Amino acid sequence: MRFRLALRDAAVTGLVAAGLFLPMVALRTDVAPNGALFLRTRWSDAAILITLAALARFVLVLWLGRRIPVASTASPWWEEPLRRAGKLLTPLLLGVAVMLPFIPGTGRYELDLGVLVLTYVMLGWGLNIVVGLAGLLDLGYVAFYAVGAYSYALLAHAFGLSFWICLPLAGILAGFWGVLLGFPVLRLRGDYLAIVTLAFGEIIRVVLVNWVSLTNGPNGMSGIPRPSFFGLPFNMSGEPDTFAGFFGLEPSPLHRVIFLYYLILGLALLTNWVSIRLRRQPLGRAWEALREDEIACRALGINITTTKLTAFALGAMFGGFAGAFFATRQGFISPESFTFIESAIILAIVVLGGMGSQIGIALAALIMIGGFEVFRGLEEWRMLVFGAAMVVIMVLRPRGLVSSRTPTVALGKRKAISGSLVGEGHG
Amino acid sequence: MARRAESAGQTMSQPMLALEEVCASYGAVQALKGVSVHVHAGEIVTLIGANGAGKSTLLMTICGDPRARSGQILFDGQDITRQPTHAIMRGGIAQAPEGRRIFPRMTVMENLIMGAEIAGHDPARDLEHVFTLFPRLKERATQRGGTLSGGEQQMLAIGRALMARPRLLLLDEPSLGLAPLIAKQIFAAIRELNEREGLTVLLVEQNANQALRLAHRGYVLVTGRITLEGPGRELLSRPEIRAAYLGGH
Ligand SMILES: Nc1ncnc2c1ncn2[C@@H]1O[C@H](COP(=O)(O)OP(=O)(O)OP(=O)(O)O)[C@@H](O)[C@H]1O
Ligand SMILES: [Mg+2]
Repeated sequence: MRFRLALRDAAVTGLVAAGLFLPMVALRTDVAPNGALFLRTRWSDAAILITLAALARFVLVLWLGRRIPVASTASPWWEEPLRRAGKLLTPLLLGVAVMLPFIPGTGRYELDLGVLVLTYVMLGWGLNIVVGLAGLLDLGYVAFYAVGAYSYALLAHAFGLSFWICLPLAGILAGFWGVLLGFPVLRLRGDYLAIVTLAFGEIIRVVLVNWVSLTNGPNGMSGIPRPSFFGLPFNMSGEPDTFAGFFGLEPSPLHRVIFLYYLILGLALLTNWVSIRLRRQPLGRAWEALREDEIACRALGINITTTKLTAFALGAMFGGFAGAFFATRQGFISPESFTFIESAIILAIVVLGGMGSQIGIALAALIMIGGFEVFRGLEEWRMLVFGAAMVVIMVLRPRGLVSSRTPTVALGKRKAISGSLVGEGHG
Repeated sequence: MARRAESAGQTMSQPMLALEEVCASYGAVQALKGVSVHVHAGEIVTLIGANGAGKSTLLMTICGDPRARSGQILFDGQDITRQPTHAIMRGGIAQAPEGRRIFPRMTVMENLIMGAEIAGHDPARDLEHVFTLFPRLKERATQRGGTLSGGEQQMLAIGRALMARPRLLLLDEPSLGLAPLIAKQIFAAIRELNEREGLTVLLVEQNANQALRLAHRGYVLVTGRITLEGPGRELLSRPEIRAAYLGGH
């Protein structure tokens, strides 16, 4: 009985795999030496993949039956220890983050990776205000990242303003764009909101590509001023008015990287601090209430308009800060850095982290961005491994890595609310 | 008897809430077709009617959502017809909406705090008040709203509305889906609020029998129009009401 079932399932799986792999693997266009395109067929590769898929399904069904792995709605065994460890985990992670540049064995590569991870941690925390707290599904968050980056580049170019003046300006401009996006979508929720925000992200990118006179179009903007240490530039000359000279250090290219690292760490922690503070304020609670039930919010007299707009504006502002940081770190920006996939990654971090959990988002960014780098050796299989890992995590932990939620008010002592009570997949 | 006289006396004075010929619609669907309802300070007024008669719409229209197409809504003599919803809710009206609509992932405490926050006062005293009225909520203060039983959720919805210190409480089917005993408790709480604290209540109910017993006066709404009004017990004895809303017994 089970054997026949397995056989049937394997056949279905084989068909699905064939549907996927025949166009994606078996047929491939290549460029011939004379420059013409030609179609290369890889039937054997496709056949191997299809057979593997069918075989895997056959073995799986034979072995386990057709049981679908049950998503654990109860707290998994590791959540309670994690929560207890969580009290240690947060300071531990923070400690490692602060000490990283001085941990022996940390070189340029580790620091650059740290900067990258922290950038996404910050973006995740910023988007979390909109998606995790206010429950407004935003698929175009990268637009604000782009606005921040281009604001810095343009302001620095046009007016020669320093990074420290441009940084708040970039945040304010991005926040302003957040409000601009917020107005037309005030009445939208769920899927419709997602589509409009997705379009918004693309519009910003398309404008950046096409407004060549302002943004230099697809060629991007280069020569963006690098940050200085409050006026002391980082360079190798060792003059007294440089960072190394002023502090009497041996000039080293690492100084700037370390400075950038602490800069993004500070910005990320600022985002975190503001989010945590706001959650305990009426505004933050109004965001959460809005996520829970918009009609109830209206019946309670919450001003839906300002609540939504502030969520968009604040989320966008932190995106803008991160964008300005990105611009000064790279020294070069082009619209290519602000494609939809960036929005998707940031959203994935928020969802994977558990929608609203600050530490969960930090962990998710570490796993996603760090893991992505670690798998670099796998080359083109990287995306596959990565996608599979995401699917596995979402099947096992449908509510994200850390799904418990700390109440914002308590009678006596604060008690975390188990993740099993947290809804999933709401619109 | 004393209550009857009292409410009759108040009819002379200006009503706390007055709807005059209010019309409201959702797109092309006209849900209220010129409704006039008066509620005096200290009264419990109930609104009964079949499903889809427009009872919930009437309560929501008082809150400005949907807005009245025509007609006038006066609260304390002040025209609130065109005020934004959040302004109306800050002016002394609170609603426990149909289907309770508590915030499921937030704790009981947080749900209650949300009620007070908009009004902008310190919630400590009001929490005490709600917890005395519904001691069950105090036991469950740290529990998530969504995991409460239906009756507890209803207590929470009423408690949350009370946190704003309203002078007029709008209740939309508070007995919805509750066991008779729990429904009785809810009605008892409403009576207590009214008698002890003088809270004015506009109560929408399917449970016409209990609602009319509790209320000083009642209105019957049929497809967007008021067809009958009068003292609660008088309506209760009307044969047409008995036939239509009390199952004929
Ligand atoms: N948001 C809406 N959009 C369109 N039509 C609506 C909306 N809400 C209510 N209606 C319609 O308005 C009419 C009145 O609805 P309402 O909810 O006020 O009825 P009700 O008297 O509260 O009924 P019930 O006892 O079933 O709660 C109904 O015909 C309903 O279909
Ligand atoms: Mg109704």
